[in-house]
Amino acid sequence: MTKIDEYIPIVGESVIDDLKLIAEKLKGKLIQHINSTSVGGGVAEILNRMVPLLRELGVDTRWDLIKGGEQFFEVTKKFHNALHGRQAEINKTDFDIFLETANRNIAELDTSADIVFVHDPQPITLVNKRKENKWLWRCHIDISEPNQKVWSFLREFVIKYDAAVFSAPGFSQKLPIRQFLISPSIDPLSDKNKELPQETIEAVLRKYEIPKDKPIVTQISRFDRLKDPLGVIEAYLQVKKYNDCRLVLAGGGAADDPEGVKVYEEVKERAMVDKDIHILLLKQNDLEINALQRASSVIVQKSLREGFGLTVTEALWKAKPVVATNTGGIPLQIKHKYSGLLCHSVDGAAFAIKQFLNSPEYAKRLGENGREHVRNNFLLTRHLKDYILLFLSLYHNEDAIYL
Amino acid sequence: MADLIKAKEPFRFYARLSLSELTGLRAANLGQLLGLIREVPGASIYHHTHRFLQQHQYLSPEPPNDFAYWVSDILGEDELGERLASIDTTQFLNIHSLREKIIQTIESYLKENPAASLRFAREGDEFHFIKSVSFILPTKYVVYDLEEFKEVIEKITIDSIYFHIFEARLRLEKKTNDFSNWIENSLGNKRLADKIAQMDPYTRTLEDLRKTLIQIIEKKLLV
Repeated sequence: MTKIDEYIPIVGESVIDDLKLIAEKLKGKLIQHINSTSVGGGVAEILNRMVPLLRELGVDTRWDLIKGGEQFFEVTKKFHNALHGRQAEINKTDFDIFLETANRNIAELDTSADIVFVHDPQPITLVNKRKENKWLWRCHIDISEPNQKVWSFLREFVIKYDAAVFSAPGFSQKLPIRQFLISPSIDPLSDKNKELPQETIEAVLRKYEIPKDKPIVTQISRFDRLKDPLGVIEAYLQVKKYNDCRLVLAGGGAADDPEGVKVYEEVKERAMVDKDIHILLLKQNDLEINALQRASSVIVQKSLREGFGLTVTEALWKAKPVVATNTGGIPLQIKHKYSGLLCHSVDGAAFAIKQFLNSPEYAKRLGENGREHVRNNFLLTRHLKDYILLFLSLYHNEDAIYL
Repeated sequence: MADLIKAKEPFRFYARLSLSELTGLRAANLGQLLGLIREVPGASIYHHTHRFLQQHQYLSPEPPNDFAYWVSDILGEDELGERLASIDTTQFLNIHSLREKIIQTIESYLKENPAASLRFAREGDEFHFIKSVSFILPTKYVVYDLEEFKEVIEKITIDSIYFHIFEARLRLEKKTNDFSNWIENSLGNKRLADKIAQMDPYTRTLEDLRKTLIQIIEKKLLV
């Protein structure tokens, strides 16, 4: 398990000193995280790394899970899609199923910690059993344009919390409670982000038969229309007229997602036009993703819609020049021409990729700026700092708090 | 090297950490921006005029405030963006007067260019008002002379430097910064204090500010 001091070479001793300093101020408080799963998904990934570090810092931390059956999780998946603004048919039975499971959890789960930190909509109703303790709701989803039926239903619970936390300013809603902005983060010591020896990178390229003879342009994303893989191919084809390069589109499998399979097939077919396009359907393998990102000359994230866009964070951390759409949390990470290039269209993406390929010095500078921007703002240590401050803020209402 | 003068009172370094609180207020055009700048809490004006320094501490120091960036990049009003960017933040001793200057700048631009009020940000590109909640707490670093002071400056967090230079002079309405204040009053070195106070912290990155501070002190230590 990673120890907090292992982050010192990356962020500096004083940053870790500050974490220890503020963690001390939480002495005597028990913090309880509650979500719906201990494995899989971004929330579990971050809690798995964060909870041991909080404990090491002396913050008394528990992590509990709610229980739910298949039907419950089918409903919460529908909620998730609806909150993202996607079409979803939700009827009274769905709400009933949700509330029935919720009530069982309310009866069974001990929520007596000083601060109860509820993640995402699945456990949201637990707040109905709040006593004098503090309650926080963490929304990890882009709810900038939510389905109103689902949002109105959830909102009745949200307003019973002391505060809500969102990942980007545009995700916040009109609420009578305090709202905080806390971006997600990446762990620089995880398999997906740690430094890799050149041999590992080359072994992965060999495995997927990607020659190193030309610059590699890569998008790492699941095969989903919102990630616009076909748009990436069109942009690449425009670039290819002027710059000889390869395109790698790599992402996780989607066997249980019929739409995903369809998108993958369409992408495969479109890719036939050019032998330098590599479509890789990867099993969850963080080291390989890391290697592919590190082998790339330019990384693209041409999403039509994006939550925070942690693939962009990962690419920037590897000091790669990134071309990404101006959507969701991406503009928080990329300031156009400072730490990457933002685009709005296929043509814009193609133009930006060409700029990077033709100006390696410029690409290098923006990549390095991007890495520093991530170091200062989007690493796990900053996330830990924000969470500890968030807990402390529950006991103060001023804008300047002397501890 | 001259003998090191020991301070009458030691200097204690503070850490300053901040959390961003969303106000839920957003503007889609200049009129709305102006209206909200008038009514948001001072901590929000502070956030949007100082946040950039901290978040982009290794990049070029521009653009210096969020209003300037949004007006230029989202509304395409480059001239107003330039006027907002060039507001000399060091001249203002409190958020109130800085806020007034920003208001006047936008108002006079709108008078000269009434058509500018017709420009709207696209959906999703609105200006979101955020405020900084600051947490200030003492660190373990306490120093008695310039040599010790320099050693701490070399390793302290950027947040701490930020607190002693920015927070002290603007938000807490002190006329100088904490470093100059201590060097003048406890070490009795007005010249060095003035030299540090003269640095314009708003046109440098924080890392550059750290380097410059170290250089100025090293020079003094060699005399």
